[in-house]
Amino acid sequence: MELTGTEIIIEGLKQEKVKAIFGIPGAAILPFYDTLGKVGQLPFKNILTRHEQGAVHAADGYARATGEVGVCVVTSGPGATNLVTGLANAYLDSVPLVAFTGQVPTDMVGNDAFQEVDIIGITLPITKNNYVARKTENLASIIKEAFYIARSGRPGPVLVDLPKDVQLDRCSFKYPEKVNRKGYQPSYRGNIRQIKIAATKIREAKKPVIIAGGGIISANASGELKKVALKTNIPVVTTFMGIGSFPVNHPLSLGMLGMYGNYVANQVVSEADLIIALGTRFDDRITRNLKHFCPYAEIIHIDIDPAEIGKNVLVKVPLVGDVKIILQQLINYLEEKDNESWLAEITSIKERYLKYTAQKEDPRQEKLKPKYIIDCLNDFFKGEAIVVTDVGQHQMWTANHFQFIHPRSFISSGGLGTMGFGLPAAIGAKIGCPEKAVICISGDGSLQMNIQELATAIYNRLPIIVILMNNGYLGMVRQLQELFCEGRYISTSLSGNPDFVKVTEGYGGVGFRVEKKEDFYPILKRAFQMNRFVLLDCHIPEDEKNFPMVQPGSSLNNMIGVDQL
Amino acid sequence: MKHTIAILVEDQPGVMSRVAGLFTRRGFNIDSIAVGPSEAPGISRMTIIVNGDHKVLEQVTKQLNKLIDVICVRDIPVENILERELVLVKVHTESLSVRAEIIQLVEIFKAKVVYVERNTLTIEMSGDEEKVSGFLKLLAPFGVKEVVRTGRIAIARSNK
Ligand SMILES: Cc1ncc(C[n+]2csc(CCOP(=O)(O)OP(=O)(O)O)c2C)c(N)n1
Ligand SMILES: [Mg+2]
Repeated sequence: MELTGTEIIIEGLKQEKVKAIFGIPGAAILPFYDTLGKVGQLPFKNILTRHEQGAVHAADGYARATGEVGVCVVTSGPGATNLVTGLANAYLDSVPLVAFTGQVPTDMVGNDAFQEVDIIGITLPITKNNYVARKTENLASIIKEAFYIARSGRPGPVLVDLPKDVQLDRCSFKYPEKVNRKGYQPSYRGNIRQIKIAATKIREAKKPVIIAGGGIISANASGELKKVALKTNIPVVTTFMGIGSFPVNHPLSLGMLGMYGNYVANQVVSEADLIIALGTRFDDRITRNLKHFCPYAEIIHIDIDPAEIGKNVLVKVPLVGDVKIILQQLINYLEEKDNESWLAEITSIKERYLKYTAQKEDPRQEKLKPKYIIDCLNDFFKGEAIVVTDVGQHQMWTANHFQFIHPRSFISSGGLGTMGFGLPAAIGAKIGCPEKAVICISGDGSLQMNIQELATAIYNRLPIIVILMNNGYLGMVRQLQELFCEGRYISTSLSGNPDFVKVTEGYGGVGFRVEKKEDFYPILKRAFQMNRFVLLDCHIPEDEKNFPMVQPGSSLNNMIGVDQL
Repeated sequence: MKHTIAILVEDQPGVMSRVAGLFTRRGFNIDSIAVGPSEAPGISRMTIIVNGDHKVLEQVTKQLNKLIDVICVRDIPVENILERELVLVKVHTESLSVRAEIIQLVEIFKAKVVYVERNTLTIEMSGDEEKVSGFLKLLAPFGVKEVVRTGRIAIARSNK
């Protein structure tokens, strides 16, 4: 059977069980969209976003929410360059994506033709791999390989560049069954000798802590993590990317580690004598000053990417492989343990901290504050929602206070910290998981970085609730200016903000302005019952901070914004 | 500390920029890089000389291994290395006596004069790092007009 290049792509997408694609057409990708136009019943949802950055973030949100590969399709030149931030975002957070870009016909490549850019060169350092399809005959195997590489091993984004003539030419089609690349053989099972050494270390440790990273979520290993932690009574802290991998309401949970992390988590990791690091890359936001990072601990590091082991910290027991499989192997060698005195020590730190925060809270204060907003969300959703955030203070308040109990329920830009990620990623998450409640917690700065996607969300009737924490500032930067620049607030005021309720209404959605504390909960309830796109424009004070925090250069247990307890 | 890394790569378009780009991006220092076909069809061999401590070497090796087009990466230890570099040098020869002096050096170093003009000699020589730089140093006072070096290639003496 002879197919055109674009028919081959669509067949490939079917074979890979793609359920949604996100994108914007243009001349160089016209053949693909035209073929979509000819297919009567599309085998997947085709979502038109309003900006290519929206498309790639939506594909990213889709992938994080579902665990499947996200797909976006855009045109050459500016369409392709608009993907750059989104690809870097997915690369740093190890999210499986396949991005298709149109390209000028092969005989024009290299001539600076209209809308020609070297997208392969541009995306080389921000993709796991990328391909130019030079011949229609190569398409099937490239697509097969692209999806395989995106989702296997340490996941990541892959880009496929599609010259126009390659889309139009015909050739016979056979979808390959297997990928065989000599240079790509990820290993999944852990070395048994190392596993036994790890088990001994765990048995002998007096003050062990588990650091659960994003790898637990991408490997779907939350169940295994829970079994290991419960069998050995080892407390669990998560990294930012690991949020949701272990339920925060569990007694062994100590919350998030790092720069804006939980006080208790940071203290406990600094005291530990053994760190069991699962699917984490010891990013500087979690280690802060490396010299003082867990000074008393030996480290067992389990990760699928050998290059992460020993990159930032010295590792005693390296274990390369799929963290899910390795934990399954490991648990057989673990003995039950109660860690009584260690847990008692932790409980006392916890209690001291709880008492301290309770003291600081003033029940009579009447302003609408971020912590109160999140408390209401906890009351209302009880953790049963997918929470997508943007980047800023609102993101860290969410990370610290929302009661995350399920993996894939927290979707946020970690490694790149991309403002503008939230709304499009929420669109992708809702399309991937229509049966789940999706909340987008955003800031007035971030929302405006992809505000055009209101059209995509509202036109597609996606019942997403946007909680806009409107402080009139690029709040997180303002906080740094307050603390470290003697209060010189340069370029952080967002005077000139639009009326976000009117903007939402202009796109056909519903918006509520919330200024009073007592109004928030009832409006939230109403918004949820409406079962349509609603934005709550919540006006919060501009001087609320992300506290406690660890200054750059400081050690984890040396936090500011909290008294020494 | 210099390390010699031998890597096998699939002959895909862009593989050179992938490898070279990785070094820039990760802040590793390359001294030289040389590529050519290997014994197997469709597979090229690169020799890369990289500068750095043990930790750098480990990261370089691991990061190279992550590239899909890279099939294998090997650090050739100094005690087991056989390395060569080819250079072409054009030197100025203002007088017959200078010319004679240079030709003498050529003989001592087992190099070869490959092209002669009235005022210049073009010399080909190959050898390991030490020999090549020694030769170039001795030629320098005569007025070297142009030097072209291939970059080092290396092979392990024995496959232990
Ligand atoms: C694309 C991009 N540009 C700039 C930054 C730097 N930055 C980090 S947080 C922040 C402020 C975010 O403001 P807002 O969305 O209003 O959130 P808030 O901190 O006020 O909650 C800025 C500018 C960034 N992370 N991403
Ligand atoms: Mg703000």
